[in-house]
Amino acid sequence: MSLEARIRLRRSQELDIRVDLSITPGATVALLGPNGAGKSTVVAALAGLAPIDSGRIVLRGRVLDDPASGVFVAAEDRNVGVVFQDYLLFPHLTALENVAFGLRSRGISRDNALQRSREWLSMVGLEGLEGRRPADLSGGQAQRVALARALVGEPDLLLLDEALSALDVGARSSTRHLLQRHLEVFAGPRLLITHDPTEAFLLADDIHVIEGGVVTQSGSADEIRLRPVTSYAADLAGANFFRGVAEAGTVEVDGHRLSVADEDVQGPVLVTILPTAVAVHVTKPGGSPRNTWSTTVTAIERLGTRVRLRTERPLPLTVEVTASATDELGIEPGRKVWVAVKATEIGVQADDGNSFSRA
Amino acid sequence: MSTLDRSADPRRPPALLVVLAGVGIAFFAVPLIGLVGRVPWANLPQLLTSAVVMDAFRLSMVASIAATVIALVLGIPLAWVLARVEFPGRALVRAIVTLPLVLPPVVGGAALLLALGRRGLIGDVVYETTGLLLPFSTWGVVVATTFVAMPFMVITVEGALRGLDLRYEGAAATLGARRWTVLRKVTLPMIGPSILSGVVLTWARAFGEFGATITFAGNLQGETQTLPLAVFVTLESDRAAAVAISLLMVVVSLVVLIALRDRWWRSL
Repeated sequence: MSLEARIRLRRSQELDIRVDLSITPGATVALLGPNGAGKSTVVAALAGLAPIDSGRIVLRGRVLDDPASGVFVAAEDRNVGVVFQDYLLFPHLTALENVAFGLRSRGISRDNALQRSREWLSMVGLEGLEGRRPADLSGGQAQRVALARALVGEPDLLLLDEALSALDVGARSSTRHLLQRHLEVFAGPRLLITHDPTEAFLLADDIHVIEGGVVTQSGSADEIRLRPVTSYAADLAGANFFRGVAEAGTVEVDGHRLSVADEDVQGPVLVTILPTAVAVHVTKPGGSPRNTWSTTVTAIERLGTRVRLRTERPLPLTVEVTASATDELGIEPGRKVWVAVKATEIGVQADDGNSFSRA
Repeated sequence: MSTLDRSADPRRPPALLVVLAGVGIAFFAVPLIGLVGRVPWANLPQLLTSAVVMDAFRLSMVASIAATVIALVLGIPLAWVLARVEFPGRALVRAIVTLPLVLPPVVGGAALLLALGRRGLIGDVVYETTGLLLPFSTWGVVVATTFVAMPFMVITVEGALRGLDLRYEGAAATLGARRWTVLRKVTLPMIGPSILSGVVLTWARAFGEFGATITFAGNLQGETQTLPLAVFVTLESDRAAAVAISLLMVVVSLVVLIALRDRWWRSL
């Protein structure tokens, strides 16, 4: 039932794609990376729209692509459901006809195909919009039609290529919850392609970070948030990311000494501090936190009910707090504050020299 | 104050522009008025139901519609190949196919005669295998008309195919559609407005075809004499009939344009 893929595909002089994927049924894996990292090419390879140069793709025990033995199953003979970037709903067909398209192509009778498509449209909450053309649907509605179209044929694998990125921020979060619910209906392996870390963190069980055609890090959301190995991954998580030198439970970063929980690590390290792990006070906090220092707020950025602050020396940080807290404390640019970080909230990872290459 | 406002309106055109545009309008309108002004309204029904006009009308409709159908059947595949298949000499093939757009039609007719005439390049082969003698026959009218009109279909559809996002066809393939189904259910419907444009342009060109037809097919009433040929002949002998036929062609052309107006303008 699972997907096993070794994808080697040279797209251009600059982009040589080398991605290995293993997804079990019911699991959602995210391929998270910037534009041009080769994510859509991976979709094309899995869907059968771009043959791989070498490697092997096996889905449910069936070899779909294996250049070494000359096997290539064309897209129309695979059973892969795809929600494409921009959805690619057929503009000349109604929502219902779009959903029924795959069933009709696979030889299912018109009545049966329309019946099943109607059921799917109502399952994704689009009852009554069957006769609408894609141009008359909102982004969120089009996304659900695309999802129904991908799932109605009971595919062996579901690919979601930037399924939410065409939506505006408001629609994105509500659609994300819907997507989460509808994904549960699908029992096969799911691959989520995205450049949005929130989407990956919320929807995926496992995340592969892809940059320049290569997976630079794989792991759970927490692993990537706390120990990003490239500056790209760190930026994604909004995490603070420093290089330092560790010695006996402390790390020196730019002349500033931080206490960390890990006492064994020695030598060059990468230090990660999540924006949410930093506490902000207007007076010097009492109690125990060892990593406390005074600094100045340089910038404030509101993100709905959350606020991101930037602080300056000795250790410039991005800090995330609630909007109500900022209002209560009267925090504004130029204000002197105290920041505190618990030693246990500081991610430390030995710097193997390969990481951070893009910094 | 109001004068200042008006001169500040960027849509207010310079006077010279208005004059030149007016001359342009007159250039098109005056001949049309001249034609309509000369229409012998009293005996119009009689003129239009004469054997010459009826024969020519029937032949024009048959030839222009046949040319449009042939242009659909051959021109769309040709456009597809030019748009999607890379092969050596593609630019040359495109040049040959679109040459009739700029070639004087009379030269096209001469070329057809040299190729398909009784002693032409392949004319005798065609005659011996099919029994068709193309020059100076109704089939010849269809061939000459198609020759000059089909390029409009090819260039219109090729442009549309080039502008089409190939990812839609990929999406259809992932939904299990085979190549023929993709073509029929996705590609062609998506370029539908352009195909319609191609039909209109091709038909209009075919309906008015004169030079290639008279050169290749001749001017025999009931056999090869289409409406434009009938106008040409009657202009010398029976001016009232020529005006009546011209009016008929104007009306038919206008009806087609107006019937397709909405989709036609939108697709342009």
